[in-house]
Amino acid sequence: MIVSPILFFIVCAFLLLFAAFGMARIALGPTAADRVVALDTINTLVVAVMIVLGAAYDQVVFVDVAIIYALVSFVGTLYIARYLEGGL
Amino acid sequence: MLAFSMTSVIAFAMYLVLTLFSGNVGLWSVEELIAGAVLALVAGWVSRRVLVGEHERGTPSPWRMLNPLRLLLFSAYFVGPFFVALARANVDVAYRIVTGRIRPGIVKFQSGLKTDLGRTLLANSITLTPGTLSVDVDDETGDFYVHWINVTDPEASAEAICGSFPAWARRIAE
Amino acid sequence: MRFLIYVLVGIGIAANGLGAFSLLRFPDVYTRLHGATKCTTFGSIFTTLGVIVYGFARGGPAYQTLAVHALIALVALLITNPTGSHAIARAAYRSGVKPKGAVVDRLEERR
Repeated sequence: MIVSPILFFIVCAFLLLFAAFGMARIALGPTAADRVVALDTINTLVVAVMIVLGAAYDQVVFVDVAIIYALVSFVGTLYIARYLEGGL
Repeated sequence: MLAFSMTSVIAFAMYLVLTLFSGNVGLWSVEELIAGAVLALVAGWVSRRVLVGEHERGTPSPWRMLNPLRLLLFSAYFVGPFFVALARANVDVAYRIVTGRIRPGIVKFQSGLKTDLGRTLLANSITLTPGTLSVDVDDETGDFYVHWINVTDPEASAEAICGSFPAWARRIAE
Repeated sequence: MRFLIYVLVGIGIAANGLGAFSLLRFPDVYTRLHGATKCTTFGSIFTTLGVIVYGFARGGPAYQTLAVHALIALVALLITNPTGSHAIARAAYRSGVKPKGAVVDRLEERR
């Protein structure tokens, strides 16, 4: 045992706290673009949390899901951006 | 045909990396190798026009990224100037978050890059490095419109905005 | 080795926190994108590096697989994050959001 899994759980707690900041911006944000920025940030944080949880639970599947989540959330962001531009 | 086989080879390499340590034929198991080969052929056929573009006259060859020198340059760029700039960017943004001292504006500079790959590389580098964020690119002329968080000079040159990045992008991708 | 993981993860948390905080601190879309993209990318690189070091330090096929997959996830993040942020910036500009308090706006002069 090199580091205790509790370290990784603490990291996850912090990252999810930061995701709550993004939630606040989604609730407050005056324009749609502000909300997309916050959503993009939350997506990145969720990917980081998934990777860290993969180490905490010793499950490789979590990291695989993180890879797919990163790529799919990117496509989602592109589509929302396209919609804001008026190209959809 | 060449594009199809190249895409398949890359897809197969990706599959091999993802299934490392699964068995004892080398590092892989027989089942994974067979499944990977079949899936790589399917993926290569479906996306054969995506990864390798058509070769038009007067443009650089679509195969140029196979040149090992370019890949080596790219790795050197990534761990050297790029990573240093990324670290500096974070210190810079931290400073601006704490003090709130910003002077934003959108400036323009000429990159002189012609290929999509070079522009993509430069735009991503600009976004991740200190104080700048690429907003728009002119498709014909290759002009970059960059949001700069601390405008010191509205007529600034490319050198002042993003240092040596255009030169690196040209060397790597054109 | 344990100390290295602590340092990597600590830097990651600090940078991520900064990025998330900049969402609340800065006045408009573009400056928020600055903070959010740079800091969360940098922070995620470091938390993931912590996991990679952990995986290789534990050894054995299962943990090495964990490390290699984390590396691939890192590459995916590194490619997609700045591209997505560029798309958002462009979309914000074209949907009519002006940079607040801008001293110069060359894109406006073009149109």
